[in-house]
Amino acid sequence: MTFEAPDQDQRTVMIPPPEGDRVIDVHGLDFFYGKNQALYGVELPVARNKVTALIGPSGCGKSTLLRTLNRIYDLYAGQSATGKIMFDGSNILDQGKNSEQLRARIGMVFQRPTPFPMSIYDNIAFGVRLHRSVGKAEMDEIVERSLVRAALWDEVKDKLTTSGLGLSGGQQQRLCVARGIAINPDVLLLDEPASALDPLSTAKLESTLIELKSSITIVIVTHNLQQAARISDYTGFMLLGKMVEFRPSSDAFVSPETKQMQDYITGRFG
Amino acid sequence: MTAPVERYDRLLHLRRKFYNSVFLVLTGIATLIALTALFLILETLVVKGLAGMDSHVFTMSQPAPDEQGGLLNAIVGSLVMCGFGMVIALVVGILAGTWLAEYGDGTRLAAIVRFLNDILISAPSILIGLFVYQLLVRPFHGFSSLAGGVALSLLAMPVATRATEDIMRLQPYALREAGMALGANRGLVIRAIIWRASTSGLMTGALLSFARISGETAPLLFTSLGNPFLSFSLTQPMAALPTTIFQFAMSAYDDWQRLAWAGALLIAAAVLATNILGRALTRGSMQK
Repeated sequence: MTFEAPDQDQRTVMIPPPEGDRVIDVHGLDFFYGKNQALYGVELPVARNKVTALIGPSGCGKSTLLRTLNRIYDLYAGQSATGKIMFDGSNILDQGKNSEQLRARIGMVFQRPTPFPMSIYDNIAFGVRLHRSVGKAEMDEIVERSLVRAALWDEVKDKLTTSGLGLSGGQQQRLCVARGIAINPDVLLLDEPASALDPLSTAKLESTLIELKSSITIVIVTHNLQQAARISDYTGFMLLGKMVEFRPSSDAFVSPETKQMQDYITGRFG
Repeated sequence: MTAPVERYDRLLHLRRKFYNSVFLVLTGIATLIALTALFLILETLVVKGLAGMDSHVFTMSQPAPDEQGGLLNAIVGSLVMCGFGMVIALVVGILAGTWLAEYGDGTRLAAIVRFLNDILISAPSILIGLFVYQLLVRPFHGFSSLAGGVALSLLAMPVATRATEDIMRLQPYALREAGMALGANRGLVIRAIIWRASTSGLMTGALLSFARISGETAPLLFTSLGNPFLSFSLTQPMAALPTTIFQFAMSAYDDWQRLAWAGALLIAAAVLATNILGRALTRGSMQK
């Protein structure tokens, strides 16, 4: 016996940004954890210097989608992706296993803060030194600039040599943002960056992201619909491994077209 | 009106209370026996060890019977061979443990290596001594401190390997991903981030394996043998505290026996100190 989904609305609604504005363009992306398929033909156009939010209930594949964009899934044997992720004129899924340069251009911030077990200064210098040799004076400048942009400088400027593990959760997360932007990426991916933070830290992080938008493209996965509405320019709603609706955030939360997205944002499920 | 339902079976509760007290008494007695044994050992060790302790113990080498002397040659020998063994054991153990935790994970080879390593942890130390005897003593026609150090390293190595693997597995995967997400390759993430995050755990492992080998006697009897004189040569026989205790305690001379007790106290104090230090380090890293 098989069950038909009671909801017949199987449409996909895409209102993407103009092609010329896209910095990443995902087409027909399938993703597999071993034999289990987690993404089905996903489309995701990411507009340059905008914030794109991915929303949807737990397990819908939004984190998986994010993790394909910098190929961090390569770490795990048995995970694979097929389809097209166009970035800077080429498909990043075709580039073999050597993804270090790609990750220098597409940074990532994780759900839980992940400061390295070293000083605040070295947390930021670590990534910079990976990609080029930098003198002391220039490094000082990069560290300061990154911390200022991540809205953390005033809180840590007197204790740069102390361990990054001694900061509060919110400060640690902004340190991770500072570390990510210190290497000047084109894109910053954030996987529910505020889910472990209190409201005040969340507000600080959000204003940081809005500031960053002028120079960096941001893709953020979030469970918090108000957050998506506050900071994003485009919103993608995912369900069961599919992109159901993608449109400018200005009307995504007011007049979604598909029944699933209406149900989700009005709190009927998820 | 119906009769009130019996909700409280007095007899059942009394029976449980009785069994509980019996059990409590039994476990108490067992604990007391174990602690008494430990206390008696420590008491004898401290009383007799302190009686044999004087400044000559640290400044003079092994005496002829009925002459003044100390344990300097044995203390130095123990430090040299344990130090030498620890260096080898830590280099090999940390690298092997890293491979098991990071690279080999999930492979058949790793499962085999892990299994063999666990066997090696519990291998009788006298077997290790015989193995090194065949490998480094017989072919060169002589006992040497080098052979002693190698034997000790073979005892510490599996402990260090296991400790390294366990500690590195405790590090969150998010930390590895964060390093890779910045564009670091796997080797650099391990060396610069994961090892650093594991430092206190690795130190604990090192201290515990040091404590394990510092009292070993059997493997040294076959390899470094013993030496009544102070020696720093890696190719000559070398004294060590356990072998000297073995020799002195079996002797008929009172002053040698006194020195044996002093040596035993020294080893016990060293093992106790490393264990306490190791635990303190573990606690420190857990509070972070």
